Amino acid sequence: MRGLTPFQTLGPFFDFGLVIPSGEIIADAAAAGRRITVEGCIRDSAANPLPDALIEVWQADASGKYRSPADTHSTTADAAFNGFGRVATDDKGTFLFRTVMPGRVPGPDGRLQAPHMAVGVLARGILTRLITRLYFEDESSNGEDAVLSLVPASRRGTLLAKRIGADAYRFDIVLQGAGETVFFDV
Amino acid sequence: MIYRKPPEGTHPPNDSPGYKSTALRHPKEPLVVIPQTLTELTGPAFPYGRIETSDSDLTRQHEGEPQGERIIVQGRILDDGGRPIPKTLVEIWQANAAGRYTHRVDQHEAPLDPNFSGAGRTLTDAEGRYTFTTIRPGAYPWRNHDNAWRPAHIHFSLFGTSFLSRLITQMYFPGDPLMPFDPIFNSIPDEKARQRLIAGFDLQVTKPEWALGFTFDIVLRGPDATPMEK
Repeated sequence: MRGLTPFQTLGPFFDFGLVIPSGEIIADAAAAGRRITVEGCIRDSAANPLPDALIEVWQADASGKYRSPADTHSTTADAAFNGFGRVATDDKGTFLFRTVMPGRVPGPDGRLQAPHMAVGVLARGILTRLITRLYFEDESSNGEDAVLSLVPASRRGTLLAKRIGADAYRFDIVLQGAGETVFFDV
Repeated sequence: MIYRKPPEGTHPPNDSPGYKSTALRHPKEPLVVIPQTLTELTGPAFPYGRIETSDSDLTRQHEGEPQGERIIVQGRILDDGGRPIPKTLVEIWQANAAGRYTHRVDQHEAPLDPNFSGAGRTLTDAEGRYTFTTIRPGAYPWRNHDNAWRPAHIHFSLFGTSFLSRLITQMYFPGDPLMPFDPIFNSIPDEKARQRLIAGFDLQVTKPEWALGFTFDIVLRGPDATPMEK
């Protein structure tokens, strides 16, 4: 066993190194599925927006297939679908991703999970990456999701993106205090 | 297949009072323990774009040579089972020799270098090796506490084999007198883990008449057992 390399903060001055062209596009226009946008704002415990955060997301394509060599569960991922998104917040702490509604993927009990995205949060003042998940408030399968059911009911709402338009969702992240987003130990 | 949990003390707690910016930015509620599912056990194989050779030589990204001490930083990306991770993206970013970042918000009164941007990326080879040529970054002041200075460091970003192996870290230089005073470096509870962030000076990597060499191996979370053959 080799000792793991520890995490360190992203620091404030990362954008020239980590911001990628079209990083907000998780699925190309040609990708199959219902096109959606996911926007949000990230705030600290004083409700200050974070102008220096990096949000990374990872999701399955519309058929529930990950574009990853480690996904052996189905045949091929949609070639127009990437699955990874990375966006730095703007001066108002906001971010936006363009993607397709993720399909359902197998869960720990063999039953399908509700559509979701894995979210990693990095910023100055965050030493070790924070991990959460984004679910969609209008998905009927949320009630049977094995991961969501582990979250205390009173806090589950922090993981549900609100539908703010026909194909637009809003997912705000609160790092601390009232309405604090649920973060995971995986 | 399950990824091992990081041993206690390896990663810094997000509530680290010595590093002031953590005060309003760390969750106070306990983390919710969840199982590892296909979502976490997969990850982007190659997140974006083409990689040019100049992407891994930060001294060759402009017309002229950057100021400062030329260095070579090389190493291997492994998982905690000792398996090399081939074809994985390694991204770095850093300050220039004067301790200044090419970032609009960096107000440190030190010169920018028109011949140095300070960002690089590369893919590991079949044995998990990577190499960058760059400039030794300078120390710089920050406002965390009175007379606070960051030790010289290079930021690293790694993907590895899944969402769980993702790592953002910083590489430090051996013998830097600022390390004992740095709350970010010292936020790592385990002394041995902390020492893993210090690159080794390496005469084998040093190129005569050209550049000092440093070795920095990086170990990412990996699966607990070799996956069963299908």
